Amino acid sequence: MRFEHYGLGIGKGLTVTLRNFLRRRITTQYPEQRLVVSRRTRGNEFVWDREKCTGCATCAKTCPQGVIHVTTSPGEENCYYVEEFEIDTGYCISCGLCVEACPYNALTFGYDFELAKYRRGELVLSKEDMSPDKRRSSGYFRPDIAATLPEQTLLIKRKE
Amino acid sequence: MAILDAGIAGAVRQMEAVPPDWPGNPWWHWLVFTVAIIVFVLVMVIIVIYVERRAIGWFAARLGPNRTGPFGVLQAIADAIKVLLKENITPASADKIVYWLAPAVVFAPVIMTFAVVPFQDGALLADLNVGLIFVVALGSISTIGVFMAGWSSGNKYSMLGAMRMVAAVVSYEIPVILALAGVVMLTGSLSLNDIVIAQERVPFIVLQPLGFLLLFIGGCAEINRSPFDLMEADSELTAGFHTEYSGMKFAMFYLGEYGEALVMSTLIATVFLGGWQGPVLPPWLWLIVKIIAVFFVMVWTRSTLPRVRIDQLMALAWKFLFPLALVNLFVLALETLAWPEALPLYIIPVNLAVTGVLILLGSRLYKLGWGRVEV
Amino acid sequence: MELRTEPFVLNIGPVHPSTHGVFRMRATLDGEVVLDLEPVFGYLHRGVEKLAEERTWSGVIPLTDRLDYVASMTNNLAYVLAVEKLAGIAIPERAEYLRVIMSELQRIAAHLVSVGSFLNDCGAYFTPFLYMYRERENIVDLFDMVCGQRLLYNYMRIGGVSQDVPEEFVPALRLIIPRLRSRIEEYEWLLKENEILLARTKGVGILPRELAVNIGASGPVLRGSGVKWDIRKADPYSIYDRFEFDIPTGEVGDCYDRYRVRAEEMKQSLRIVAQAVEQLPEGPVRADVPHLIRPPVGEAYGHIEAPTGEVGFYVVSDGSIAPYRCHIRAPSLMNLTALKDMMVGWKMQDLIVIFGSFAITMGEVDR
Repeated sequence: MRFEHYGLGIGKGLTVTLRNFLRRRITTQYPEQRLVVSRRTRGNEFVWDREKCTGCATCAKTCPQGVIHVTTSPGEENCYYVEEFEIDTGYCISCGLCVEACPYNALTFGYDFELAKYRRGELVLSKEDMSPDKRRSSGYFRPDIAATLPEQTLLIKRKE
Repeated sequence: MAILDAGIAGAVRQMEAVPPDWPGNPWWHWLVFTVAIIVFVLVMVIIVIYVERRAIGWFAARLGPNRTGPFGVLQAIADAIKVLLKENITPASADKIVYWLAPAVVFAPVIMTFAVVPFQDGALLADLNVGLIFVVALGSISTIGVFMAGWSSGNKYSMLGAMRMVAAVVSYEIPVILALAGVVMLTGSLSLNDIVIAQERVPFIVLQPLGFLLLFIGGCAEINRSPFDLMEADSELTAGFHTEYSGMKFAMFYLGEYGEALVMSTLIATVFLGGWQGPVLPPWLWLIVKIIAVFFVMVWTRSTLPRVRIDQLMALAWKFLFPLALVNLFVLALETLAWPEALPLYIIPVNLAVTGVLILLGSRLYKLGWGRVEV
Repeated sequence: MELRTEPFVLNIGPVHPSTHGVFRMRATLDGEVVLDLEPVFGYLHRGVEKLAEERTWSGVIPLTDRLDYVASMTNNLAYVLAVEKLAGIAIPERAEYLRVIMSELQRIAAHLVSVGSFLNDCGAYFTPFLYMYRERENIVDLFDMVCGQRLLYNYMRIGGVSQDVPEEFVPALRLIIPRLRSRIEEYEWLLKENEILLARTKGVGILPRELAVNIGASGPVLRGSGVKWDIRKADPYSIYDRFEFDIPTGEVGDCYDRYRVRAEEMKQSLRIVAQAVEQLPEGPVRADVPHLIRPPVGEAYGHIEAPTGEVGFYVVSDGSIAPYRCHIRAPSLMNLTALKDMMVGWKMQDLIVIFGSFAITMGEVDR
């Protein structure tokens, strides 16, 4: 151990810490103050539009984890009727490949994140849970929805 | 010394000196002051813990605790209640009596030190004329408590931690005592009350900057604060001497650690910064302000500096601080003998120059060369 | 008269006081001095290479995120480069520039984490750690704006990147670059000349040059020992030959040199990002490649310079929808080969400092 700088290195460190003492703290105190999440947030829930979905199951083929289950039956006018459309969000890793793969823009991510449940069975979303009137969509891979969402809070824009 | 006699005789006292047995009866004096000191120590420890946790948070760009009570003031009380409700586990291979006594031996000297600290002119529990030696001796008793804790736990890592701590404390006693000896030379008395009164014109930090630095660094090392905190709970591998303690006994160690920080801050504030003296506020409030200011500087260094290694710690005491302390004492003795009539204004720049030269020389010549050990 | 001492075995268990993950070391100590060291790892083994054989070629990309979870953009890039080499896909210009910007920002973020954790191990009580994380928050906000997640991005695709950046990205980036520059300067002031840090790290844990080259080390561990080897200059991938930047190296190979190399690399990455933002062209960001791609039969090795070293993916295809074999060259694992030689002879407290200076991520070591 040497004191090459005659103790000035320690002094410089102390001035930097003092300067940061006088800066504003960047903590957001959670339930009272909230930040606005990104417009393209990949959350843990999905929004499925029954009108646009044709039952092609491209999303189920693309999913790396295999959490999407689609069951169809022949309906009228040469279309499929989607009987079951379930996503098990307990195993989903929120990669977004299903949302990117859907050719008809029927599947989007949800925008909310305070979604804790008490039981694992409640994490499986059925087609009634995912209807657009119950949840808000996020703008991941859907630029028209992203334009309607509020702007994200950025740390660089806060005053210090 | 003539410079300070002029101060004592000629200065205007703020208030009348409090007589040694204040409400008349010595037993009432003892009772009032004992209760006052115990309340003071417990309340100040809570304030000190609050200042530390908030200030370390603010230094690190985050908030400290701010939910329990208004602005988080009751956080220490919440922690104390939590710790009281925990189970006191005693290991089977522990030495029961020593294990039980160790926290008391660590915490008791903290309260006892305040018996000789003046809160106002003459307002002490006992104005001992060997006050400073009393304080230094009590600091050593805490070390015995730590060693008892390490030995009686029956755990080889606690023993290692306790032995390291004893070695470090014993090494750092010497610069601390030599720094205090310089102050004693300036006043001519060991009583803390006289030391505070002698700082009426000029506080001793200006007259003895090197002594202040030595007492601060040595004090931080004695109470195991960062950057010398390798013995306490933040230790990287072994968890220190209080591994096997839980429940209220652990709370005693925790309170004892902050209590010792409080004692060291009080010592520095009394001996170097002028104790209870100050213009407008009541004297006990000035003492509290100065204690918190010194403690704030300790928190500041804790949050900035990394830890030293154990051999670097010992080398710093013996090879850097000890020669500096000796030379400081020697220079002060020369000044006292040669210029007893010199005004404080002449001594201050001389002392500052000597401090600067000593730090430069010491840094140049100090070397701890020992690196990797050949196995 | 000599004291008779007896060495004992200390188990520095999988659960660490420092933030480097589940890594176990069994050290034989004699008093304070380390005599022998045996690293034990595998606590985070998830079988990534086997899982990759059961997923489609695009579906492996989220898996590669989770290898070095601190620097996930660069992992994505290495895998995607390997597959593009195999299938012979050319990607648009704008995608190349976006990839470079994301990789360099990711390098800055990962080095901030490494330096912060290293200083935390040295004993500065969380303060530099939190300062580094505060600056990393700016970068993570940018990534959140682009791809919606803060840690595991899944942004690169075979044939380009996933989606284009939104319009507020470039103005925010232009605000962030000078802020990062000034803050990194300020934090250097905090600890570069600090005597206690110099005493703890200078001359400690020296990795000699020949040993570093022989064990196949890469990244800041290799450059700290004085070897000027960086894949961005030695075997340029993507468009790195269009940018001007230097490669910082150390001299001796001690912990201080590795810390300085990381700090200097952050500044060089800022230079690259500034140049790339100026030259960013317009155009598509993704080549027309299907999600369920079937590359031709063959094998390819794609490697890049990730923050921890050289990350390589060796992929073998047999024409089907999933990889036949996907092997991952993990830089942290290769760097750890020299652990025992670097630690023997130092004291117990130096163990933590030397281990912290490697800055490994257990997700990579165990895969």
